[in-house]
Amino acid sequence: MAQVFGPWANTVAKLSIVLGVFFVAAALATLDTIHRSSYVRLTGVARPQPVAFSHKHHANMGIDCRYCHTTVEEEAFANIPPTSVCMTCHTMVWADSPALEPVIESYETGEPIKWKRVHDLPDHVYFDHSAHVNKGIGCATCHGRVDEMPLVWKEQPLFMKWCLECHREPEQFIRPREEVFNMAYESPKDQHELGEHLVEEYEVKTHNHRLMDCWICHR
Amino acid sequence: MAKDAKFREEALGQVDDMLAPGQTFASIDRDITDLVLTKKAPKAWWVALFVSGILLGFLMLAITGLFFYGLGIWGINAPVGWGIAIVNMVWWIGIGHAGTLISAILFLFGQDWRVSINRFAEAMTIFAVSAAGLFPVLHLGRPWLVYWFFPYPNTLGMWPQFRSPLMWDVFAITAYVLTSAMFWYLGMIPDLAAMRDRAKLKIQKVLYGIHALGWRGSALHWHRYEVAYTLFAGLATPLVVSVHSIVALDFATSVIPGWHTTIFPPYFVAGAVFSGFAMVLTLLIPIRRVYRLEKFITLRHIDNMAKIMFANGLIVFYGYLNEVFFGWYSAHEFEMYMIWNRMTGPYAWSFWALIFCNGVVPQLLWLKRIRTHTIALFIISIIINIGMWLERFVIVVTSLHRDFLPSSWGMYMPTFWDWALYLGSIGFFAFALLLFIRWVPMISIFEVKEVNHKHNH
Repeated sequence: MAQVFGPWANTVAKLSIVLGVFFVAAALATLDTIHRSSYVRLTGVARPQPVAFSHKHHANMGIDCRYCHTTVEEEAFANIPPTSVCMTCHTMVWADSPALEPVIESYETGEPIKWKRVHDLPDHVYFDHSAHVNKGIGCATCHGRVDEMPLVWKEQPLFMKWCLECHREPEQFIRPREEVFNMAYESPKDQHELGEHLVEEYEVKTHNHRLMDCWICHR
Repeated sequence: MAKDAKFREEALGQVDDMLAPGQTFASIDRDITDLVLTKKAPKAWWVALFVSGILLGFLMLAITGLFFYGLGIWGINAPVGWGIAIVNMVWWIGIGHAGTLISAILFLFGQDWRVSINRFAEAMTIFAVSAAGLFPVLHLGRPWLVYWFFPYPNTLGMWPQFRSPLMWDVFAITAYVLTSAMFWYLGMIPDLAAMRDRAKLKIQKVLYGIHALGWRGSALHWHRYEVAYTLFAGLATPLVVSVHSIVALDFATSVIPGWHTTIFPPYFVAGAVFSGFAMVLTLLIPIRRVYRLEKFITLRHIDNMAKIMFANGLIVFYGYLNEVFFGWYSAHEFEMYMIWNRMTGPYAWSFWALIFCNGVVPQLLWLKRIRTHTIALFIISIIINIGMWLERFVIVVTSLHRDFLPSSWGMYMPTFWDWALYLGSIGFFAFALLLFIRWVPMISIFEVKEVNHKHNH
């Protein structure tokens, strides 16, 4: 019987090595890119909510974050306000607006509004708002300019490496406590010196810099 | 028939012969390639395939159950967090070591007799290590995240813990699988070309042809082949020692009495070679009989393998004695208790069965009559396989089940799912091996021809 393979087979063999490597590399790169993309992370994508509540509108009227997110300074969870908080103003203001119907209904029936969660950390992550807020980490550092978002979106992808960036070098991101709720705060030119000073003052890196221990977030 | 076989054994298999006399290049080619190309598979092969296929079903069942229900279906719980899954993993990895020792170390030492068994032993290595790899991955809890093992640019901002021997294991075992597979394949290329050239059917020609990678047997090909093969043998040699040393360090770097001991790495390596040769004998003795390979695998091979197995068995037994001695000599309360508990505690049966299987029974191998008696050797090799499994059971389970605080003591028994996975891994191993002997020449044709030329002419 004649040979099954001619000299062309050499070219095919060599090409298959190159293409094999290329396809594997391309497949891995594609998976990684998808994993990091805003398509999967939903960064910058406004999340539709049962009520078209605009943070931008409310914050620009001068309402403080803590008026609704009442527990942010004392507890892990920053609190989603009950509709009774909405009604403190909305019994007077815009009381017959159709946009407010679900809020009024919720208030009357006692059935809470089912808001869609925008920042959802995995269950194996322990996060405490009060610890961050009291140690000089501003709302906007993680949440972005919520006062400029009509419907809220995720500003950051919430990757673990993003958490660690700040846990490694908190002096890069820390601000004076009184500026925490200032959405427009910009870090000064001497952020590094100020940061080191604040980290010292707020005892952020005490206990042998335990911010970098696994259990600080994975309890 | 039986008489005929006995006659062949006596006539052909003189203990000093490396290969039976009277063979030519053509007869060797024909004898080995015909097994794959023209002859029908023997009945025993079909029976074995059927049985291993059923066991393979157990593997599917065990994995499906595990994914569906989670790790809770295994018998593991505090304080015994490592059950027979880890026992099986160490057992399988150990078995793999014989193949690499035969193919790499014996090659570098110029031991010509390896040529009749190296292909088969290496195949055994690859399938055994693959079976071993199943267990740590399935033990993860979330096996689909297994890629977290590897240091790749990830979104966690963290490397794996390079200071942990479990991490070294990942690299050692990955390197081992890759090197063994490439070494095995490289050594097969000239034979795949021979298969291509002798094939009658077009499909056989095409498939063997693709896998022969255009081998034409020119002087240049042979030169490059020799260089590459020697390099691979050099690369594989340290792996024989490193892989099981690192597996041993998984235990030895902990602070558990019964694990925290410096003797573990060398004694694990000896145990690995011991169990590996036992498995080669368990498999090769029946295959030699069924496929009438007495011409190639003579009693000299059997005797040599038994000797290596025995030598390593003695080292292992010495290790057991040392463990007991140093348990006492340490004068350390927990160490002494651990040894005493092993010998008299609730798992004493496993310890004494281990001493019987790995300490007492192998003493028969002092006798040449036993070492060249295939049936006796087959039975002994199976006992050693069991003994080596028990050894890991004793190490893993008896060390863990009595924690430092009596309030944390507990008992461990494997569940149905543990056993199903174990049986399944045996099915996987056997199934792969059966396909190997059906599709690929299980004895290295060109190396046998070379040795035949050297010694029988």
